[in-house]
Amino acid sequence: MTRRLVYLTLTGVLMLTAFPLYFSVVVASQDNSALSHVPPPVLPGANLIENIKRVFDTVPFDQALLNSLIVSGINTASVVLFSTLAGFAFAKLRFKGRTALLLAVVGTMMVPMQLGIIPLFMLITKLEWHDTLLAVTVPALVNAFGVFFMTQYLSEALPTELLEAGRIDGAGTHRLFWHVVLPVARPAAAVLGMLTFLNVWNDYLWPLVVLASPENQTVQVALSQLRAGYVQDYSLALTGTMLATLPLLIVFGLLGKQLIGGIMQGAVKG
Amino acid sequence: MRTWLYKADTSLSPYVYISPFFILFAVFGLFPLGYTAWVSLHDWSLLADEHSFVGLGNYSALLADPYFWNALRNTLSILALSTIPQLILALILAHLVNRPLRAKTLWRLGLLLPNVTSVVAVVVIFSQLFGRDFGLINWLLESFGLGRIDWQAGVASSHVAIAAMITWRWTGYNALIFLAAMQAVPKELYESATLDGATAGQQLRKITIPSIRPTVIFVVIVSTIYGLQVFAEPQLFAGGGPNGIIGGPDRQFQTLTLYMYEHGFNRGFEFGYASATAWVMFGLIVLAAAVNYLITRRIRSSR
Repeated sequence: MTRRLVYLTLTGVLMLTAFPLYFSVVVASQDNSALSHVPPPVLPGANLIENIKRVFDTVPFDQALLNSLIVSGINTASVVLFSTLAGFAFAKLRFKGRTALLLAVVGTMMVPMQLGIIPLFMLITKLEWHDTLLAVTVPALVNAFGVFFMTQYLSEALPTELLEAGRIDGAGTHRLFWHVVLPVARPAAAVLGMLTFLNVWNDYLWPLVVLASPENQTVQVALSQLRAGYVQDYSLALTGTMLATLPLLIVFGLLGKQLIGGIMQGAVKG
Repeated sequence: MRTWLYKADTSLSPYVYISPFFILFAVFGLFPLGYTAWVSLHDWSLLADEHSFVGLGNYSALLADPYFWNALRNTLSILALSTIPQLILALILAHLVNRPLRAKTLWRLGLLLPNVTSVVAVVVIFSQLFGRDFGLINWLLESFGLGRIDWQAGVASSHVAIAAMITWRWTGYNALIFLAAMQAVPKELYESATLDGATAGQQLRKITIPSIRPTVIFVVIVSTIYGLQVFAEPQLFAGGGPNGIIGGPDRQFQTLTLYMYEHGFNRGFEFGYASATAWVMFGLIVLAAAVNYLITRRIRSSR
């Protein structure tokens, strides 16, 4: 294959991946009636502000954005912290049952947790967390992938000599964690944090099941409501889509390169 | 005193560090999954106080329901239509990017971009593209002199549309995973193959794929697990609401997870019956993973 053909193919692929997102901006900036024209519009229109207003009038979208930010923020912090703690223990500390417990982590990584949704719903109802943000936050505080990811990273990136030197200086495990492990873990923590934020922000089925009132909904559930309705208002739905995706695209633009590095690194070791 | 403290610290700290994960995971992850099996053996609904034991009654009712088999067929069809093209495309893309290229980061960012978009957003966008009357794809078909397609109405056409959404969202991500594995393949293998006159396609089939076999197995299994649990795509493709729950007016694209959702959370909260569905799906996933593993293991190793 010639080089030119490779670049041509890749450009085509890039356009295919970017086009649906571009088109959602086009639709979001049009009057809904303009969408029924032949040929369909391919350039952005002037109706974006109006459509954004309509989104906020139709569903409590500002509240949904805030809810998603709270839930994703808490879960990102907790997954990173608990995964680093457990990853440190698995990678560098000696204790009974270590191998078996680590195997349990790896073994449950691919288990489809979605299938436990009915007892989880019963449990959340029993705890009286139904229709509260606790219901979506607490079950996602940890996950097996995070522990595995940090274990892999720390077993390579954290020099054992550094820990031994700290021990000789009289530092307890706790101090070692905060002053030696955490600084070393930072690059991997950033990637894990981003992946977690994306996953929680984009989660749909569980929030849909457990959150009922409009003021408690997350962004994805609010978005799905814009899609429902007898007359399909695409400019409204796609404006919502754009608003819900924009924060992620900004993060992606700033940190996408590290994210790719992290995904590829995790893949090789996994 | 100091040595006692030191001993307590080194022997207890590891357990303190791993316990938040294991406790939370056991309560909110493993317990619900295991408890599903128990619930599935009962006539258990949200409103009733009594949960009578019915043995395998829910399972036999499930297997006797034609709608269950319909959902199973739809799920497998969407799985095949999305997973197979997705993996082939991902392999080819990774192979293309796995060479010295200018603007390396740009191509990789492009590959990951769809995956950052939420499933809900993807369905909303693609539902517009696949719209019957004003959709862009039908407009394109028409301008090429082909007929319009009512994508949602047909079994095959709706499956293709849903598979397109999954493929768009996951191909690039899988390509990056493949790319990571490909970078570990020794360059000399390709150099000598090029000297022997092997084409890029031959190199992909004879060198790359056998060398990255474990990664292929991993990606195939993960994609299958995802494909068997597809939910948001069919639910929102039908526009949410009552039609969304049954996957289109004729159930033409109701998947197993939608079927479980329909019984568990919409029709009288039949928790026992929905749990039986979940366990059947769990069995299917384990079976599919095992079959995938056996098939992909047969890819001949280059060594």
